[in-house]
Amino acid sequence: MNKILRWTWSLALWEILCGLSITLRYFFRPKATINYPFEKNPISARFRGEHALRRYPNGEERCIACKLCEAVCPAQAITIEAEPREDGSRRTTRYDIDMVKCIYCGMCEEACPVDAIVEGPNFEFATETREELLYDKQKLLDNGDRWEPELAKRLELDAPYR
Amino acid sequence: MSLFWDTNLGILILTVLKTLALVVPLLIGVAYLTYFERKVMGAIQLRKGPNVVGPFGLMQPFADALKMLTKETIIPTGADKVLFVLAPMITFGLAIIAWAVIPVNNGWGIANINVGVLYLFAISSLGVYGVIIAGWASNSKYAFLGALRSAAQMVSYEVSMGFVMVTVLILAGSLNLNAIVLAQKHLWFAVPLFPLFVIFFISGLAETNRAPFDLAEGESEIVAGFFVEYSAMSFALFFLGEYANMIMISGMTTVLFLGGWLSPLPFLANGVLWFLIKVFICLFVFVWVRATLPRYRYDQLMALGWKVFLPISLVYLVAVAGAVEYFGWLPNA
Repeated sequence: MNKILRWTWSLALWEILCGLSITLRYFFRPKATINYPFEKNPISARFRGEHALRRYPNGEERCIACKLCEAVCPAQAITIEAEPREDGSRRTTRYDIDMVKCIYCGMCEEACPVDAIVEGPNFEFATETREELLYDKQKLLDNGDRWEPELAKRLELDAPYR
Repeated sequence: MSLFWDTNLGILILTVLKTLALVVPLLIGVAYLTYFERKVMGAIQLRKGPNVVGPFGLMQPFADALKMLTKETIIPTGADKVLFVLAPMITFGLAIIAWAVIPVNNGWGIANINVGVLYLFAISSLGVYGVIIAGWASNSKYAFLGALRSAAQMVSYEVSMGFVMVTVLILAGSLNLNAIVLAQKHLWFAVPLFPLFVIFFISGLAETNRAPFDLAEGESEIVAGFFVEYSAMSFALFFLGEYANMIMISGMTTVLFLGGWLSPLPFLANGVLWFLIKVFICLFVFVWVRATLPRYRYDQLMALGWKVFLPISLVYLVAVAGAVEYFGWLPNA
């Protein structure tokens, strides 16, 4: 009896009509789409985007060439060469990140003892050639200068959890 | 003046003009059906659909057409070149040809022939050739599998579709589509033949290889089915052919069951507008079903066609024929 009843319901396309009514309700709901280039989603303070090398407020670069980021980088995207500067402090002469190799895991910023290398909120750095994605020290420092307010805010927001 | 239109040349020119008057809006309709489908599917999935090209994305079909036309047509080395090029043309051509007999308004059909239903049935059955030829000529296993599936599928659904049509013919007493619509003056056939109407529509979904019966394409299991190897305009022709077929099946449903150009309310004038509205509603259901249901499994598809639709339509046909004969409702008897 039960089986006959079920068979009758399915012959009357009952389940299909239920499904159709659900999709029709969704048809009239407000859309979830964001008009991307004009509207943007809020992003987390922990968002890992484009890299930047930060400076101290007096303009001195933070990186001390400890090479922890280079060592920890799972994709081996970071290349560092270093030697003492004229004033005797140890600084990098070369700090390259291959943004094509990078997997944006954020381990470099975790490893950094002086908060020099960080990943910023910027994710719109697409380029037309691959070469432009091989970042050198100057490019990273420029990024740091450009994004410093956001980078500082970001570190401040994340500080309580560290 | 009327003398000129009665000469052979006049009739020829008139026919060409009539054809253009039907085919041009039809092609625009096909182009905008792709837009309509993307918009409706988008809305159901809480997206906006195309909205960048032109106001509300209305120029999207033209942008797509331009893109398709500028792409390179790639013909695989192993393919049978003649058939490979011919197949999309057959599919698209057949989808357009069928419109010759569909009356959009009283007597507006380009060819008001007395075997209109047979013609429609024949043309819609021929559609499978485009698919089979494409699958065979591609010389690719996925295309071949897709073609085999669609052949089996279309043949099985054609049978119950045929019985449904015969039932309609018994009630209408004519094979002329114009006469079939006029026979629905008092009651649309969708009311007394409601189960058959549903069967016809579902078979139509299967006939046009639309979801949930799009096994011939089955992009999750056989890539794109019969048109894997196609690119550029030959691909676009398949694509447009599918949409033209959708409109054609909607037109058939409208003519056979929904009273064609007849208005649903007695105090409103009949006219081509009603035909368009009914076709539009059918098309909306096509898209709506696609956005709702997942694809059938192959054996389920076959079981549905042979074990459910065929018996129901056969029994209904016999019952209707018996009732008509017993109560003497035969039209033109």
